[in-house]
Amino acid sequence: MVTIPVGELRVQSRPNPGEAWLADLLATLPALAGNSLLATQQQRCRQALAGEALPSRRQEAWRFTDASAITAIPAQPLQRQPAAAEAALPAPPANVLRLVLAGSGDPLQGVALPEGLERLESGALEELFGEALDANGAAAAWPVCLNGAVAGQVLALRVSQPVPTLLELVSDTGDAAGVQALRLLLVLDPGASLAVLEVHRARGASLTSVVLEARLGRGARLRHGLLAQGQSPHQPAVAQRPTSACAAPVLLHHLAAVQDPDSELELIAAVAGWGLARLEPLVLQRSGAASTRLRGLQRVDGSQVVDTHSRVLFSGPDGRLDQVHKALADGAGRSVFNGAVIVPRQAQRTDAAQLSRSLLLSDRARIDTKPELEIVADDVKCAHGATVSRLQQNELFYLQSRGIGADQAARLLLRGFCEEVLAELPAPAALWQPLALLMGEDPAP
Amino acid sequence: MIRPDAPVLLEICDLRASVEEQPILKGVNLTLRAGEIHAVMGRNGSGKSTLSKVLAGHPAYRVTGGSVLYRGDDLLALQPEQRARIGLFLGFQYPVEIPGVSNLEFLRVATNARRLEQGLEELDTFAFEDLVRERLQVVQMDPAFLERSVNEGFSGGEKKRNEILQMALLEPLVAILDETDSGLDIDALRIVAGGVNQLASADNATLLITHYQRLLDVITPDYVHVMAAGRILRTGGKELALELEERGYDWVDVEIERLEAAELEALAAAQGSRTPAEVG
Repeated sequence: MVTIPVGELRVQSRPNPGEAWLADLLATLPALAGNSLLATQQQRCRQALAGEALPSRRQEAWRFTDASAITAIPAQPLQRQPAAAEAALPAPPANVLRLVLAGSGDPLQGVALPEGLERLESGALEELFGEALDANGAAAAWPVCLNGAVAGQVLALRVSQPVPTLLELVSDTGDAAGVQALRLLLVLDPGASLAVLEVHRARGASLTSVVLEARLGRGARLRHGLLAQGQSPHQPAVAQRPTSACAAPVLLHHLAAVQDPDSELELIAAVAGWGLARLEPLVLQRSGAASTRLRGLQRVDGSQVVDTHSRVLFSGPDGRLDQVHKALADGAGRSVFNGAVIVPRQAQRTDAAQLSRSLLLSDRARIDTKPELEIVADDVKCAHGATVSRLQQNELFYLQSRGIGADQAARLLLRGFCEEVLAELPAPAALWQPLALLMGEDPAP
Repeated sequence: MIRPDAPVLLEICDLRASVEEQPILKGVNLTLRAGEIHAVMGRNGSGKSTLSKVLAGHPAYRVTGGSVLYRGDDLLALQPEQRARIGLFLGFQYPVEIPGVSNLEFLRVATNARRLEQGLEELDTFAFEDLVRERLQVVQMDPAFLERSVNEGFSGGEKKRNEILQMALLEPLVAILDETDSGLDIDALRIVAGGVNQLASADNATLLITHYQRLLDVITPDYVHVMAAGRILRTGGKELALELEERGYDWVDVEIERLEAAELEALAAAQGSRTPAEVG
């Protein structure tokens, strides 16, 4: 394949860099043959994207989020340096099943799955693929289309009973440049349970696109941790138009879940270090009467942007939601949170609570946080709150009055702020040193 | 214990301070020698708590005049953390809850900051755990509180015990306890006061800030000071506290009024006597 000097091409021949980038990407993508599920999806998504641009800030859902950082990523499939990244991963602890995701090759190849966890049979895959996205109204979302256009593979698993092993899904693009798409589907049978830790790491000019669908049968339980560790190259906070030489990694993450009654879903996400990260956790309680617990923690520094758009829809009575989203904004970073909670007429006796807590650590950083509650049912409990503050002076003074220096006191408070969420990740997450990531410190060797 | 030859630990001289441009302290004088226990009493708004916060270096209070010497050195020039490291301790009236920060780690970091200043070796987690378990006995505190976040979800009594535990670990030379008795039931009061008594020695000094006599039933002060309108109005022995308990604070108003009238008069006289000279 010939590598086209993308930057020059863009400037000279096309007025819209996003449109050019997308066209270049579509032109370089290999195509799946035949009319398999994924091949059909590819064709459909590529058609949908043809002639399109990137999400624009004129669209309400992207109002605060500048997607142009994407154009600094080489418009090509991820050029992976063979074997380099994998060697750098910490060894998995006992009782953890690690699957390394690379967007190509079969991650289940040669893997002995624990009892209760199996590859989803093709009939069920045909039936359920895309269902949770559709149900959550996300099938046509730009990041989902991009994923569909690129993905050449799907990891689909059925959970048929409680599985004590933690499933660790790891992708590390290292210094590689280009676009990678991961597509996942988890089907939890009634009464089944599973804990998952999804880890994404990237340093180079790469875009990692993830679409994960989860379907929870009656009484099923899914605890899902997401640890997204980007590593941006050091660059001035006031950046000119990004170029691929100093491009920071991009993460686009959609998680669409459908819950049956009595199921329990817990999503705990910690995100930092990406030039641009957009997370969209979407949950549908199909007949209500389920329990959803969302915890989010995101940090921006430099000129980074992290945007979480969550949406929980109750389509039946007696549903519960407990959501806490936290953000730290330093440097000239921008943190966005939009939390939609939709309670239609049939969702009586819904009990939902949403809290957004943001810490503004610099004068140049920016935080946009917006709870978005649509409540039609009249017999519900829906609480929401949002705070944006600096570090609390009384907390700082208390620590200082015990001999702890101002800098260390501030660090302790920030750690405390993060720990409240990080402590809820499945225990093996400690291996990845999530606190160092969130504090913007280099992890210990 | 009063020893006239004991070294002076804290010398407050004509201390004046404001919060949000509102003068609160209007000339406080107070000297603490090693071995002494002082009680400062007074009504709400008399400036007692402000005094404690100014001494500890709270950033919301601005010193507008006077001086404070700690063992002969200027205390007010130091950052709050430096004051703590050299041996000044403030027990908070309302200890602050800090979610997500482990109490044990907080205590260890604080203890090591003080030890470093004293030229002692820092304690690793194991050595510190031994020390903290020993000091827990001072306030009969359940070790389970070490595993929780700092003061988070602690009852009023537990918070105050945690304050005295910190004092036991930091071994201050001057301990200021701001309304340590507030919000305590009689058993908790006895335990907390017992801790303070255990920690008081011939080498350190304690400044108790309180509303009520009941704390002074269990901790015997050497001096009692009555504070009003930002200054110390009267100083006496422990019997002064009993007198206050009996008479209340109403006499204070009369005295303050008289004092302020006398001051105004003196001011006017000073201006009056100066003017002809200036003219001449």
